[in-house]
Amino acid sequence: MSARAQVWLWIAQRASAAVLALCVLVHLVLMIYAVRGGLSAGEILGRTRGSVGWLAFYGVFVAAVAVHGPIGLRNILTETFGWRGAGLNLGVGVVGVALLFWGGRAVFAVFTG
Amino acid sequence: MTDMLKVSIWRGREDGALQTFDVPRRDNQTVLDVVTYIQRSLDPTLSYRFSCRVGMCGSCAMQVNGRARWTCRTHVSKVVDGDALEIRPLSNLPVVKDLVTDMAPFFDKWAQAKGQFKGTATRKDDFARVSPDSPMRRLANAAIECIGCGVCYSACDVVSWKPDYLGPAAMNRAWTLINDERDGARRERLEAVAGDAGCHACHTHMSCTEQCPKQLSPTASIAGLKRTVAGAVLKGEL
Repeated sequence: MSARAQVWLWIAQRASAAVLALCVLVHLVLMIYAVRGGLSAGEILGRTRGSVGWLAFYGVFVAAVAVHGPIGLRNILTETFGWRGAGLNLGVGVVGVALLFWGGRAVFAVFTG
Repeated sequence: MTDMLKVSIWRGREDGALQTFDVPRRDNQTVLDVVTYIQRSLDPTLSYRFSCRVGMCGSCAMQVNGRARWTCRTHVSKVVDGDALEIRPLSNLPVVKDLVTDMAPFFDKWAQAKGQFKGTATRKDDFARVSPDSPMRRLANAAIECIGCGVCYSACDVVSWKPDYLGPAAMNRAWTLINDERDGARRERLEAVAGDAGCHACHTHMSCTEQCPKQLSPTASIAGLKRTVAGAVLKGEL
């Protein structure tokens, strides 16, 4: 991988971290608020079902996770185990696709109820 | 204060071991005094490096009680643990013998980071006039006093994890040249310090900054490189 591509990974990780900071905050505050109000899981699903706003919010959340997680994992695997090269990039790429797939599935389920 | 020190010193190469010596304690004694006493009075086969003894040359850096230091400027009273001193060669560098490390990988990385000034002026040009107050010159000034002792390189966790990582001193040097308006190798230097083996691998642990005997901040220099390289990539200049 070229140094330029590595810099792009670094930029993507910083940018996705900024998005995640906001998303995690909104998600946590919302959960605490919803539970304190005594809403059940079913009632929460009733509010998210068909909501394009929540679909967009959690869609962005999952996309940021799918970008941020694998890049960080790539660094950890290189620094801890000395793994590098095309195999490493392919491996963390698969992790990213898996996060996007299962995260997307969860977001879709929340939207369709 | 006891009147003797128990000094454990690394002997041999990478597969060596600690050897303990009893050294008389003196007022205002430096760690370099201790090592010199051992070599001159107890075991002349002990190998170590020093030159100026006053913190100018940077050749006497070693690990003292787990931390890289200039031994000439480190008083025993500041670092001794009871009556114990443990002195090892700098880490992250191959050991030649005892307390002597091979500094070649350290300086090779200065060359890899394009640490050489590449002027653009000819002898026919007038002197460059660089205002001491200009923002770039201030940034260069903040990092320029490095004497290449290797303390930051020994202290850096990322170097220990990634042997090809350029390390704090080489990138600190690159940062001073990026801020030298007379220099003409900006692009190739930014390329040299970009990516996984360069500035973007720094975790900002700040061990280099904490342990630099000159109180420089290689962390700040590396952060400057991160911003500058990322900016150049975003603008399509790199």
